[in-house]
Amino acid sequence: MVAVSAPVTRRLPSRSYITGAVLLAWIALWVFLNGRDTLPLGGAQLTPLHTRFGEGADVIDANRDSNPVFLYFVNYIRLFIDATVTSVQALISRPSFGRPVPLAGWLGVTGVATAIAYLYGNRKVAVLTAAGFVSFGLLGLWEESMDTLALTLTAVALSLAVGIPLGVWAGLSDRFNRIVTPVLDFMQTMPTFVYLAPLTLFFLIGPASATAATMIYAIPPAIRLTAHGIRQTPPATLEAAEALGVTGGQALRKVRLPLAKQTIVVGINQTIMAALSMATIAALIDAPGLGKTVLKALQTLDVGTAFNAGLAIVIMAIVLDRVTSAASRRVEIAHRTGRSGRRRLRRVETAVTAVVAVVLVYLSYTYVWAAEFPAGADVGSYVRRGADAASGWAQETLVAYTNGLKNAITYALLNPFEALLAHSPWWLVAVVAVALALLLAGVRASITAAVGCVLLVALGLWHDSMVTLATTLVATLLVMVLGVVLGVWMGRSDRVDRILRPVLDAGQTMPAFVYLVPILGLFGATRFTAIIAAVVFAAPVSVKLVAEGIRGVPHTAVEAATAGGASTWQLISKVQLPMARAGITLAASQGLIYVLSMVVVGGLVGAGALGYDVVAGFSQYQLRGKGLAAGLAIVVLGIVLDRIMRAAAARAGGSSATR
Amino acid sequence: MAATRKYGPRVLALVTGAGLLLSGCGGAKVGESQAASDGKGGCGTVNLAINPWVGYEANAAVIAYVAEKNLGCTVVKKDLKEEVAWQGFGTGEVDAIVENWGHDDLKKKYMDEQKTAVSGGVTGNKGVIGWFVPPWMAEKYPDITDWKNLNKYADLFKTSESGGKGQLLDGDPSFVTNDEALVKNLDLNFKVVYAGSEAALITAFRQAEKTKTPLLGYFYDPQWFMSEVKLVKVNLPEYTEGCDADAEKIACDYPVYDLDKIVSKKFAGSGSPAYQLIKNFTWTNDDQNLVAKYISEDKMSPEDAAAKWVNDNPGKVKAWLPSS
Repeated sequence: MVAVSAPVTRRLPSRSYITGAVLLAWIALWVFLNGRDTLPLGGAQLTPLHTRFGEGADVIDANRDSNPVFLYFVNYIRLFIDATVTSVQALISRPSFGRPVPLAGWLGVTGVATAIAYLYGNRKVAVLTAAGFVSFGLLGLWEESMDTLALTLTAVALSLAVGIPLGVWAGLSDRFNRIVTPVLDFMQTMPTFVYLAPLTLFFLIGPASATAATMIYAIPPAIRLTAHGIRQTPPATLEAAEALGVTGGQALRKVRLPLAKQTIVVGINQTIMAALSMATIAALIDAPGLGKTVLKALQTLDVGTAFNAGLAIVIMAIVLDRVTSAASRRVEIAHRTGRSGRRRLRRVETAVTAVVAVVLVYLSYTYVWAAEFPAGADVGSYVRRGADAASGWAQETLVAYTNGLKNAITYALLNPFEALLAHSPWWLVAVVAVALALLLAGVRASITAAVGCVLLVALGLWHDSMVTLATTLVATLLVMVLGVVLGVWMGRSDRVDRILRPVLDAGQTMPAFVYLVPILGLFGATRFTAIIAAVVFAAPVSVKLVAEGIRGVPHTAVEAATAGGASTWQLISKVQLPMARAGITLAASQGLIYVLSMVVVGGLVGAGALGYDVVAGFSQYQLRGKGLAAGLAIVVLGIVLDRIMRAAAARAGGSSATR
Repeated sequence: MAATRKYGPRVLALVTGAGLLLSGCGGAKVGESQAASDGKGGCGTVNLAINPWVGYEANAAVIAYVAEKNLGCTVVKKDLKEEVAWQGFGTGEVDAIVENWGHDDLKKKYMDEQKTAVSGGVTGNKGVIGWFVPPWMAEKYPDITDWKNLNKYADLFKTSESGGKGQLLDGDPSFVTNDEALVKNLDLNFKVVYAGSEAALITAFRQAEKTKTPLLGYFYDPQWFMSEVKLVKVNLPEYTEGCDADAEKIACDYPVYDLDKIVSKKFAGSGSPAYQLIKNFTWTNDDQNLVAKYISEDKMSPEDAAAKWVNDNPGKVKAWLPSS
């Protein structure tokens, strides 16, 4: 039946009729079967699989001191990473070599950072860098910021040292690429909380574990984007090189790598952002820096102090992002114009900048005023008080409206949706999922969906997975509403872009732990609070991608429509949105992945289900196996949803092109 | 020039790493590098785990202050979750945990099986776990503090999360809860909702008291928030020895925990004066709540808070010091 209908469903209408019929049948069956075979599992209940997972960790603990893998391999990696972080800290953040201050003080570090920004980026980002670094001092968080920077830079350097070669390999070999892609998916969707405690079994308590945790999350973009860059080399260029008798190694060094350079720099940018986003979570295993300040403040619900430290993280992220982006643009320009004719000028410029930086470092090495940030210039206390006041005001005055909003969305959207997913028999949901995947995305996706459903049942967390899925889908829906509205607005106006972009950057990089308390005050410990946290984090990505898509619509099309007398509304709905379809699909799938990565944070604010299972597994020894299972369930949800959406998008794109 | 500077840290790191690789041919053993304390009469270094709650921080701050000022120790504080801290005993990275709530499973693993940890005696604090309501509710509905009346008020506690039943807000993930079993076995018309963090529980209670909205939730004492809003405990059927033996059938209140200290075996045998100090350390819930209040409400640093308390209570401190 499926095989017969497949060619017919090429036309959109009949396919959407069948989809509608499947959904209606689901609702009809739900009425009768509501509450049967839902496979619930209580908060403290375990399955035999969970117990076995938990015992796995004990094996590592028991064999650490006798197993040769540990003695000669893991322990050396640990010593190496510890030494690396400590030496960077000695350089910029911690008192070292018998001095009461680090080797380079605030003036030296700011000078060097500004010089790098100037030489690799441009004048504008150099000014931004200087201002950013000075602001760390002004916020009263110089040492903490430098600790975070030290850890981030070490993790990024090591991630690139491992990731770029692997990326090149994945770019050259299809087979390796196929093997490594699911592994990277796994690394990016597995919640950090799951592997944080086991990591300390491998690398013990200290910088090594924190660095390793950061690297697990930060390596994937480096590998992916490097591979992507290598693959992009035009075949014609390669053929030309081959015709000239170039060997494989030469082709890589002289042709592929230079052409991939810009994409690789984008990968470095993504790696830095990912590494920085781990600053707070790594603090749970004693990673030094700003994250500790945030977590300590959360213990006493001190919103002001948490915001102050969160602000420093946001500033660091924006500085690093803008500098690497500028560097990537510079690479692109250099590539397009060929070798610059003004090499001599460039050399003079480099030398002067370097000399200035060295002088500043020397000053900060020698004099106290340049080593320790002057304590008198304290902006931090104003920021703290301001954030406290704002949070208090919001919780007091807005709570009447926010409660209404929460109830409206929960009762109208979330509860019915959750009832349908979590209170249907598991086999009914599985059949519907497979059918929908088949209709919308094809045979392969439906197999993925089937395997995913079986895995969720096997993990013993079906019910929790469905509750989490309901929350995730509602959050993604809200993300897309925001994404399209703000994205269109931003894509059509450069001025709006300039105003919105820093706000979006802040939403993406501000650690969720900072705004946990205000949103809890506004919405209570509920699933809706978890949705808000997810939207704050995920909407920026979707907004940016939609805006990118709108901007990518050819000018000629827009001009033609305007000349034809289309109103603004018609222009958006008939021309710009349809033509930006690829960008919008990408925005939806990325939005979904970002929402999923907030499931654990959701567990901290009342979402329960998988997020809570992971958090409790991290905190309670006897629940560690269940936490691991919940982490795996999140990975399964992520990979299944991602594959279905990608296949559906490819199919929709394909059919719209053929029409 | 610029290029070499950019790669500076990485090169330095590589050289350091290579040096380490060459120098340690025998295979580095975990725990060898960190001598917990040298035990040669002096105090040396003491590694204190800092678990993430303010009451713990208060214990640790006072112990650290006395160890540094009176005994000349170097105290290294490490911010760790409970289970990770216990792991650290075996590797010498943690010498002491100074407020432990029960954790019989961890005691079994690290004291009885691995034999890396030993008891350091009680802290003198009594840990109470249970169900609480905000004070305004206890005033308005005086009989709510008896569990038998909870069903009568169940409607008050309905929320968007509780599916038509009353909501029991649970779930600081660090604490063991029997609440799902309790609700079932006591036949209560309530649904357990997992708040998921201490911050969520405190914010919920704070809002409930401020806006006079009903709330029933899991909480515990000593906790700094109790000095801001004195929550009122709901009495469940009284705890008797062994009534919590079968987790599925629990129908009684939580036991009162004697909070205690755990130290690593190595540290206990080192003869360090800091070990004597930690072993002797005891104080009352009021003492801890006071220091916790200095930290949480008065926003003092833990060091300043400890200094203030120690200067105000010289007699108590003197009793902790090693006799020699």
